[in-house]
Amino acid sequence: MSTNPDALVVRDHNTLFKGPEYQEQRERKKQFEAGSSPAEVDRVAEWTRSWEYREKNFARKDLTINPLKACQPLGAVLAALGFAGTLPLVHGSQGCTSYFRGHLARHFKEPVPTVSSSMTEDSAVFGGLSNLIEALGTAVHVYKPDMVAVSTTCMAEVIGDDLQNFIANARTKGAISETIPVPYAHTPSFVGSHVLGYDNMLRGILSYLTEGKKGASNGTVNIVPGFDPYVGNIRELKRLLSLLGVKHAVLGDHSDSLDSPATGEYHMYPGGTPLAVAADSINAIATVFLQPFGSKRTRETVDGWAGETVTVNPPIGIGSTDAFITEIARVAGVAVPDEITAERGRLLDALTDSHAYVHGKRVAIAGDPDFVTGMLGFLLELGMEPVHVLATNGDETWANQTRELLAASPFGRQATVWPGKDGWHLRSLVLTEPVDLIVGATHLKHLAREADVPLFRAGFPIFDRHHLHRFPIYGYAGGLALLTQLVNLFLDELDRNAPDHSFDIVR
Amino acid sequence: MTPPVTSAETQAMIDDVLSAYPPKVEKDRQKHVKPNDPGGAKECEVKSNVKSRPGIMTLRGCAYAGSKGVVWGPIKDLISISHGPVGCGQYTWGTRRNYANGQLGIDNFTVMQITSDFQEKDIVFGGDKKLAAILDELVEVFPLVKGVSIQSECPIGLIGDDIDAVSTAATKRLNMPVVPVKCEGFRGISQSLGHHIANDAIRDHVLGTREIAEQTPYDITLLGDYNIGGDAWASRKILEDMGLRVIAQWSGDGTVNEMATAHLAKLNVLHCYRSMNYIATTMEERYGTPWTEFNFFGPTKIVESMRKIAEFFDDTIKEKTEAAIARYQPFFDKVRETYRHRLEGKTVMLAVGGLRPRHTVGAYEDLGMEVIGTGYEFAHKDDYTRSYPELKQGIVVYDDPTAYEMEEFTRRLKPDLVGAGIKEKYVSHKMRTPFRQMHSWDYSGPYHGVEGFAIFARDMDSAVNSPSWNLFDAPWANSKKS
Repeated sequence: MSTNPDALVVRDHNTLFKGPEYQEQRERKKQFEAGSSPAEVDRVAEWTRSWEYREKNFARKDLTINPLKACQPLGAVLAALGFAGTLPLVHGSQGCTSYFRGHLARHFKEPVPTVSSSMTEDSAVFGGLSNLIEALGTAVHVYKPDMVAVSTTCMAEVIGDDLQNFIANARTKGAISETIPVPYAHTPSFVGSHVLGYDNMLRGILSYLTEGKKGASNGTVNIVPGFDPYVGNIRELKRLLSLLGVKHAVLGDHSDSLDSPATGEYHMYPGGTPLAVAADSINAIATVFLQPFGSKRTRETVDGWAGETVTVNPPIGIGSTDAFITEIARVAGVAVPDEITAERGRLLDALTDSHAYVHGKRVAIAGDPDFVTGMLGFLLELGMEPVHVLATNGDETWANQTRELLAASPFGRQATVWPGKDGWHLRSLVLTEPVDLIVGATHLKHLAREADVPLFRAGFPIFDRHHLHRFPIYGYAGGLALLTQLVNLFLDELDRNAPDHSFDIVR
Repeated sequence: MTPPVTSAETQAMIDDVLSAYPPKVEKDRQKHVKPNDPGGAKECEVKSNVKSRPGIMTLRGCAYAGSKGVVWGPIKDLISISHGPVGCGQYTWGTRRNYANGQLGIDNFTVMQITSDFQEKDIVFGGDKKLAAILDELVEVFPLVKGVSIQSECPIGLIGDDIDAVSTAATKRLNMPVVPVKCEGFRGISQSLGHHIANDAIRDHVLGTREIAEQTPYDITLLGDYNIGGDAWASRKILEDMGLRVIAQWSGDGTVNEMATAHLAKLNVLHCYRSMNYIATTMEERYGTPWTEFNFFGPTKIVESMRKIAEFFDDTIKEKTEAAIARYQPFFDKVRETYRHRLEGKTVMLAVGGLRPRHTVGAYEDLGMEVIGTGYEFAHKDDYTRSYPELKQGIVVYDDPTAYEMEEFTRRLKPDLVGAGIKEKYVSHKMRTPFRQMHSWDYSGPYHGVEGFAIFARDMDSAVNSPSWNLFDAPWANSKKS
């Protein structure tokens, strides 16, 4: 680069506003703001970190602040993208669809094709039938999907639009052919969260595609990941199943849809479970669910299939991955190959190497219920001590099961589990009972900064770090990826804060 | 294929692209996509501000996005409640980058998601009681909050809640403005109506309700700058350098007090015409405050705008303005000297909201770049009228472009850069086309103002000249053919 002293120095928002001219501007502006005095702001800030405030904060009944959950149709879009050639169509106001596309794109750093039926004020009066018919007709004509998966926004739900009837109408009116599959799910935003929306849409797709397909067993094991923000997880699951020599079908598989190679060409449907495979999934020897709470609805449907239904915790860390591998080997009747055992050993080896830097660290963790449960298993294996465990979209059943998991480990006994609480509750918890680490998604970054502890980014959504979702956190390989990031996060902290004499060359 | 240069060639491209639509849709879209005529010939006017066709994959959002996301959200000492189900507030939580000074959660509530998180029972029994309870809890938990806006999500207007009554009662009870905003997502056809509704709500509940101690002849209000990546601060610096006193910023890094005192300005200067012309017009009618549009993207427009604004004031301001321009000039020259040779002749396709598809054209041209296609998500006729003369003859102008059209025009025009939003970004990358987000400045900024031009130039250069675009072809790609 140029060493010219006259070279242009570009200062952007990260440094520009630290300059005296902008600091003075900021002070000058205050005369027009009628803001609270700095002393008052500091006093209130300090008070909000107190136990007294915590009690006031937990007394909230109606107000929600910084909830760690999104709404159903967002999950429905992700579920749809798990199937080949599938275009998600969200029936309702068009703004919702823009939000889902943006939200998922910010996390996955990938295009998210989804169409809306663009309902407006007149649809509120007359219903959304004509909007849905036109949306189906135009979308199929222009974007040429093999399947359209329809979900709903709260607008369509409040006015009571009937998807089954509307889609049938679209066929009768000739907007779409009789043959193109159009599964649907009602996904009101005022019930559950994005996790439930994923589940409802997946159930809708599987019910639709498998109808009338019951036949002889196909020797396949179905894997149902649920709402999984890590495309690396799905790839890892497929790799493990292949190593085990088990014929498998992932329902649904968005790993290629949301992680396609840059080639110079844009393909709208770069991946997903082939529809024929999904249709035949009803004849599997077993279906293995990796999210006990995130796949309840789909499991109700799959329970009616001939094969066995198995539910395990997300395979994060050694114990949960062991359970997953054991169950797969059992239902498929295969032996676990040495290669997998060696992988397990390598993760364990790394863990023994690194344990000293993570052991005894106090942790707050928040996120989707199954993610939290899965991560907790691994944190306990690392000798870390969960203190605050929170899921805005977790219920009492989840909380009780999580409490049992924690009670079973000497490292989990001081933890408190908070179902239904939000990010502002978590702030009070962390500021009154401090921790060494926060585990969760991007929106916890302000809290981590205020509490002056690192945020280990995991879960959904992660907007401010790149590519974490492309690597697995599942399986022994995923455990190694997590451990590597985790221990190095602590080592970076050690180095950053070390006095000169303790700035060690070897750690 | 070389990019079309004549209107006839552009029209042929448009015809070909639009022919993929069903006939009814094609006919409709033809009205929205035209070759430009800088003179604004009738046959080249695009139709705008009408419904998007269902199923077409519009880039547009909704009225809530225009109200909460654009106008109200940036006001820092006021809490905007996303009233309804959890999603809308979640998807707008911190993603717009409207910067504000202050302690988050204490006297600054911008990067927060505060919601009534409607459940089924709230839909069935109505949410008014819950809303009233929320307002009471809010002041307990956030004692320094200076006001509240209630941003209605779709269900509110459908279930017959009376947020006006709740707000009126709460305004008295809590002794601060509690403003009902009926910006349900199904209202209107894009973000645009949300801007209008939001402006009207400020007009009806906040504007003109407070005074400032001492006034000067140089008091102005900065309208329509949302401080994306610090834009408003960079703009304010120029205005202050000109000798003007900015008494209110709407709404980036703004406060309730500034909304309430803006009527005392001697002049309103308006950056985003689309989202705040309403309040400018209101203040003109109510208080006789003149207003003028300006453009702080790139040296040409900055200098032009400074002089235009200075015209409203006496020689003191005019002299300071000329002195400031003279001070900026070497920096502008250096930016151009640094980047122009790297960007000269590069072509740009834009699709942004309601201002930037025309306002950034000058900044690109300052760098020797050429805009070869542009259009708005939610502009009206008056925005397009302002745009045609800024654009070259024959370039394609698209109103409410669809994902399909963006992809096809990119494929055919092969621009060196696309500037649009997050939904378009990764499609462009797959297509080996450099891209910058022109809503959020792609997490950079400011792009407004003097320093903003350098950042703009640096970012466009980093996109266009990234070595990654030359790595797409695997060495064995051609030998694979059988």
